[in-house]
Amino acid sequence: MEDCLAKKMEITVSEAEKRTGRNAMNIQETYTAYLIETRAVESQSEGQCGPVESLWRRYSEFELLRNYLSVTYPHIVVPPLPEKRADFVWHKLSADNMDPDFVERRRIGLENFLLRVASHPVLCQDKIFYAFLMQEGGWKEMVNETGFQLKADSRLKALNATFRVKNPDKRFTELKHYSDELQSVISHLLRVRARVADRLYGVYKVHGNYGRVFSEWSAIEKEMGDGLQSAGHHMDVYAASIDDILEEEEHYADQLKEYLFYAEALRAVCRKHELMQYDLEMAAQDLTSKKQQCEELATGTVRTFSLKGMTSKLFGQETPEQREAKIKVLEEQIQEGEEQLKSKNLEGRDFVKSAWADIERFKEQKNHDLKEALISYAVMQISMCKKGIQVWTNAKECFSKM
Amino acid sequence: AASAPKPLPSSGPKSLREMPHPLATSSSEEMGPALTPSPDLLLPRSIADKDLSLPNGTPVDTSSPASSSSLLNRLQLDDDLDVETRDLFVTVDDPKKHVCTMETYITYRVTTKTTRAEFDLPEYSVRRRYQDFDWLRNKLEESQPTHLIPPLPEKFVVKGVVDRFSEEFVETRRKALDKFLKRITDHPVLSFNEHFNIFLTAKDLSAYKKQGMALLSKMGESVKYVTGGYKLRSRPLEFAAIGDYLDTFSLKLGTIDRIAQRIIKEQLEYLVELREYGPVYSTWGGLEVELSEPLEGVSACIGNCCTALEELSEDMTEDFLPVLREYILYAESMKNVLKKRDQVQAEYEAKLEAVALRREDRPKVPTDVEKCQDRVECFNADLKADMERWQNNKRQDFRQLLMGMADKNIQYYEKVCVT
Repeated sequence: MEDCLAKKMEITVSEAEKRTGRNAMNIQETYTAYLIETRAVESQSEGQCGPVESLWRRYSEFELLRNYLSVTYPHIVVPPLPEKRADFVWHKLSADNMDPDFVERRRIGLENFLLRVASHPVLCQDKIFYAFLMQEGGWKEMVNETGFQLKADSRLKALNATFRVKNPDKRFTELKHYSDELQSVISHLLRVRARVADRLYGVYKVHGNYGRVFSEWSAIEKEMGDGLQSAGHHMDVYAASIDDILEEEEHYADQLKEYLFYAEALRAVCRKHELMQYDLEMAAQDLTSKKQQCEELATGTVRTFSLKGMTSKLFGQETPEQREAKIKVLEEQIQEGEEQLKSKNLEGRDFVKSAWADIERFKEQKNHDLKEALISYAVMQISMCKKGIQVWTNAKECFSKM
Repeated sequence: AASAPKPLPSSGPKSLREMPHPLATSSSEEMGPALTPSPDLLLPRSIADKDLSLPNGTPVDTSSPASSSSLLNRLQLDDDLDVETRDLFVTVDDPKKHVCTMETYITYRVTTKTTRAEFDLPEYSVRRRYQDFDWLRNKLEESQPTHLIPPLPEKFVVKGVVDRFSEEFVETRRKALDKFLKRITDHPVLSFNEHFNIFLTAKDLSAYKKQGMALLSKMGESVKYVTGGYKLRSRPLEFAAIGDYLDTFSLKLGTIDRIAQRIIKEQLEYLVELREYGPVYSTWGGLEVELSEPLEGVSACIGNCCTALEELSEDMTEDFLPVLREYILYAESMKNVLKKRDQVQAEYEAKLEAVALRREDRPKVPTDVEKCQDRVECFNADLKADMERWQNNKRQDFRQLLMGMADKNIQYYEKVCVT
């Protein structure tokens, strides 16, 4: 962590702006652009900060960056982006991408993403990432020039590997199960939480009706009038307080969402492992069958049933020269194959090692972050209750004066 | 020519405005003229002969009925009055279910402790069912038509969903019946009513009930049999105001009732969601290693919140709502009394007119009617003021209850939501 970018540089996504422009198909569209500000920080001396540099990026560019990072560093659990569209909304929360609250929460999410990447020991050193922060023009071209899209594994290939792999590292299998279940449980949690928020909103708001009735009632009372009136006021305050409370809770929901998306990143690493392992297994299998073929040709015995064997039986054996040639080719292939296998093995082992290291790092980060999130959630609840106590105590006082 | 109804002659009662409001003034107020047992008040002989004295020992003499009521109202027990000055205590408890061939019903034990001379024994314990309370109330209304009789809990269970024999229902009803009797006990006139006495003491109430039906009660006939044919000339402003007040009051209480019910409903729906919310944290906890403790913690907290919320809703339903409804019934009763008062005044005016036309001297009828009206006016004002105070204190009491519950709820949250 010593060399990570975050220590050397302040990064903020400070503003969001609505823009209109023409897209690739020359159609007018509205999108939001985010201002990224960076400033070099000298860790030793205070007050020695570089000038603030800034540039504008839109969400799709963030997506491009993340795709590049995922492909280029498949053994790293790459931080996720905030959601593209608003999910898990409760009724008052708008599902509109242009809604200012949504844009604000997304701004925070994007800043969080950049900070996560910047504090990752491996990712922060990436040149493309640096350019994303510093170089407005020509960045897209730069990314495309790396040709990362070619390196990307096809989904189909990955799926195939997942089903067919025979001997994946047990830890990865477990991790995969874990991330599946994590994703499921957090989704469920977020859904229920949204419903809970909805209901709680209802409860608070109905109390506002008390305010109105008390006011009307106080008009016909003499001694009780003042007390009722002021109590009604407190009921109004109570009803209004829910808006702020629930807004704060959204922040908690966002923290959970981040880890929901992280689960996907975890799964991506597992998939990569499975792919590599499958590749390895296929290569080994291939090598074995070639060796076998070679042996058969050399000794002339047909141990396994093969079309070649059949046809040769039917149409006569090959000439010794032909056989020699075949054996030669096979031996070369076997040689290649063995080297490839060796390097694949090595790759595989390296991958497992570095991936697992990053996974451990991720686990620690997750435990730490979620613990903090839960604590702050509890604190929020306590403060909500304290406010409740306050209001009702005030109301009680008013009633006692009736 | 018919003359407009004159202001009431001041042979006895002062006008409403001149009379010092009994509850507004302290007991050191000068005593006005006092009590004559009126024809419609069945007081046991003993009281008529007895020397009524106020708790502080000042003697009371008896003349006109109206202001006597104001006197008695000074005796009116408020919550602050010393317990020692009360000489009648009634409690309703111990509900029991009875299963007979014809029907199943609940009886309640009514316990009386008293030092009053009207009662032969210092203590009584009898069993009564709702029917009996209903009978008592009707009798009281008949015999004390100018008084405000406290309301009974509803006779029929409208909802149909509520079980007549469920613990909560029986308990709610018991509390309401207890309050009913206590209110009568606290009333300086009603508590001396003969029927009330019988209700508290008779071993076999049904026998007495049958007997009572045969007798034609003389009491209150002048008011009871007033036909609705009389048209009211002008209602004094106070009563018009009271009528308006009661209308608005009932309306507002009705609204509050609906709001409270809505809140309870919303709270229950919230509860449903919370009940699903908690266990999800548990499930997650099962998935994690380091985080399992805090996650389980959150789950447990949410569980506690559910319990607290449940209690809150229950308390609201059992304590808050019934009191609201009771006051609405009370307001209804009061409006009826107002109507009667109107009728009395109308009759009085008509008779006055008749007298003026005939130029006869028939003081008796108008005087009777006049007396009645006086009584009504006085009682009405007193009872209204009384109700206000009751209201204040009751409101305060159950609002505090509501707050206390909200507090409890909230404190649960506090105690429990620490990771």
